[in-house]
Amino acid sequence: MNRIVAKAEYSREPAVKMMQIEAPKIAAKAKGGQFIVLRCSEQGERIPLTIADTDPEKGLVTLVFQEVGKSTAMLGQLEVGDEILDFIGPLGKPTHMDDYGTVLCVAGGIGIAPVHNIAKELKKHGNKVIMVMGARTKDLLFWEDKMRAVSDELYITTDDGSYGRHGLVTAVEQELLEKDRDQGDINLVIGIGPPIMMKFVAKTSEPFGVKTFVSLNPIMVDATGMCGACRVTVGGKTRFVCVDGPEFDGHQVDFDELMTRQRIYPEQEKASLELFRQKQQGCDCGCGCDNGGLS
Amino acid sequence: MSAEQKKKIPRQPMPEQEAKVRARNFEEVPYGYSPEMAMLEASRCLQCKKPKCVEGCPVNVKIPEFIGLIAGGDFVGAARKLKETNALPAVCGRVCPQESQCESKCVVGKKGEPVAIGRLERFAADYERNQGAVTMPAIAPATGKKVAIVGSGPAGLTCAGDLIKLGHEVTVFEALHKPGGVLVYGIPEFRLPKAIVQAEVDYLKGLGIKLVENFVVGMLDTVDELLEQYDAVFVGTGAGLPVFMNLPGENLNGVYSANEYLTRSNLMKAYLFPEYDTPVVKGKRVAVFGGGNVAMDASRTALRLGAEKSYIVYRRSMEEMPARNEEIHHAEQEGVEFALLANPVRIIGNDQGWVTGVECVRMALGEPDESGRRRPVPVEGSEFIIDVDTVVVSIGNGPNPLIPNTTPGLELSRWGNINADEETGQTSRKGVFAGGDIVTGAATVIMAMGAGKKAAAAMHEYLMGQ
Repeated sequence: MNRIVAKAEYSREPAVKMMQIEAPKIAAKAKGGQFIVLRCSEQGERIPLTIADTDPEKGLVTLVFQEVGKSTAMLGQLEVGDEILDFIGPLGKPTHMDDYGTVLCVAGGIGIAPVHNIAKELKKHGNKVIMVMGARTKDLLFWEDKMRAVSDELYITTDDGSYGRHGLVTAVEQELLEKDRDQGDINLVIGIGPPIMMKFVAKTSEPFGVKTFVSLNPIMVDATGMCGACRVTVGGKTRFVCVDGPEFDGHQVDFDELMTRQRIYPEQEKASLELFRQKQQGCDCGCGCDNGGLS
Repeated sequence: MSAEQKKKIPRQPMPEQEAKVRARNFEEVPYGYSPEMAMLEASRCLQCKKPKCVEGCPVNVKIPEFIGLIAGGDFVGAARKLKETNALPAVCGRVCPQESQCESKCVVGKKGEPVAIGRLERFAADYERNQGAVTMPAIAPATGKKVAIVGSGPAGLTCAGDLIKLGHEVTVFEALHKPGGVLVYGIPEFRLPKAIVQAEVDYLKGLGIKLVENFVVGMLDTVDELLEQYDAVFVGTGAGLPVFMNLPGENLNGVYSANEYLTRSNLMKAYLFPEYDTPVVKGKRVAVFGGGNVAMDASRTALRLGAEKSYIVYRRSMEEMPARNEEIHHAEQEGVEFALLANPVRIIGNDQGWVTGVECVRMALGEPDESGRRRPVPVEGSEFIIDVDTVVVSIGNGPNPLIPNTTPGLELSRWGNINADEETGQTSRKGVFAGGDIVTGAATVIMAMGAGKKAAAAMHEYLMGQ
């Protein structure tokens, strides 16, 4: 169970990786917008990752993740054939599907992966999908083909101008919403990416009065509503992302609080990652012992 | 020994780790009785013909019988006697509020101190386990009926244990990666070692119970989907939804629900960070809001994580505090400070979004309210600030909403708990039974076990009548 059947590296600095995991029941159930929680080892953390794609026939769940701390680095070191110790899902509410007309999807960084899964379903529900996908630089862009396949129009931006349009996704969002102002075709914006990007995607759409969903990614532990770690303020009320979300009305979310709460454990995360890297490098004595280079 | 002689024997104290030492480690606080102590304590039991203690026990443990066996030196026999009615004696011997249940009815306790029933229960169960003398009870011939149990906490495990003995095929679904529910995520190691929970779970597995971890019923399969594969379903999902106070500053960094604080520490072993990967804020000055057992667990955990100051902030006085006396006493011994008749009104933070203090208001007690406790009333203008860097909100839990939200036709109370018959656990849905905190709201381990037992009996009747 939970065997990794495919793996790819999309970029090295930072490391962004894709994995396909055998999880037939989850693959059969999961819908766009939902996530899983996984744990790699007995000492490991429970970490949430949004589902990027599923193949119900083959029983596969696709994840795309960036290695930011020890837990994602450990996950990244697993190879095809390895099993993930715990793999739990689907969790969270699926994206509400409807015939919205035209939906503007704005995807940033590894947010590209979950937006793909949602766009795929939006197409099935008869929507026209306009896609804006962006990254810091060309090397960090992935899934251009897959995204094109689920979009009616596709725009690409890079912060450094190395590919597509030079600039931020929100600049294109702004233009498209302005262009649409008279037609009023765009009835929904979906923005997924780093919190700061989602904040500005929501800020950009707000004056146009277009409903905007964002998918939040706070710290979680159990992810079934039990611990309250993932609480966010939406419309002045405390909500739990794991059971009430992960998608919320972007115009109502307190992004600043979300970003502050994501930085609760910076020192611990740093210490943990450093220790892990040191152990990876192995011992100084050259004998291959498990001294971890810590002596 | 005559009754008069028996009455002269004092209640045997429980040897325990010294307070200053234990407040800095996660090892179990009481060491347990030696066989000699247990036999002496057991000899205090009057072996009443009509034992009141049994009436005080939600699962009707055969108390005089098992204590009689201990007095006679048959410790393994005592453990087996216990297990006839109680699937988790090593757990109950540690966390049951015996003083308000069996021991409160003990005749010996009328004029002196009651027989230490809980400590004896713990002794017998530990003895059997440590001796490797655990045996499996007889199992009825297979009935061909299949049952799904949702949640592996005390209610679910008890229900599962009873049903498998009756010959049904039992599968227990657990959302987390370890079975035990609140016994593993909530109750700290120093009060209930996890190895003991694991041993009790292994015993149930030995009986043939199938355990499926990492399975979130309601998300992966709904109750309705389980009903397509099983003849009956028991829902024991507990009170797993933290309640916050809606105070300004409650989402500042350093503010935890008790569930999160304890889950990080217990289930995820954050106290062993970085050996274990899950971190927890090791605050220097910690305030815990609330006065229940969970609040005591959190305040004592804070000390063990390295806090210099750990406060219980409770709006009534010590007298009204819902925690067990033993827990309050242990917390006090370890250095937890009690800010009584104080109610938090605001959590104060710095510009980095971190907690720096709690503003409280002094309270006075008025007339008793519907809970029977005297109603606290704020004293105007009495605000004061406690400097803390960590806050744990421990004022209770609501019902976890996953099953109620995904099971159409399941009748709920106005608080979102599942409505179930008190005697049978029967819900508004045919073939669906429920018990424990998801029905009653947050209660005790033994109450949940009692509900699991009653439901198992009713489910057996239902299954055999099908």
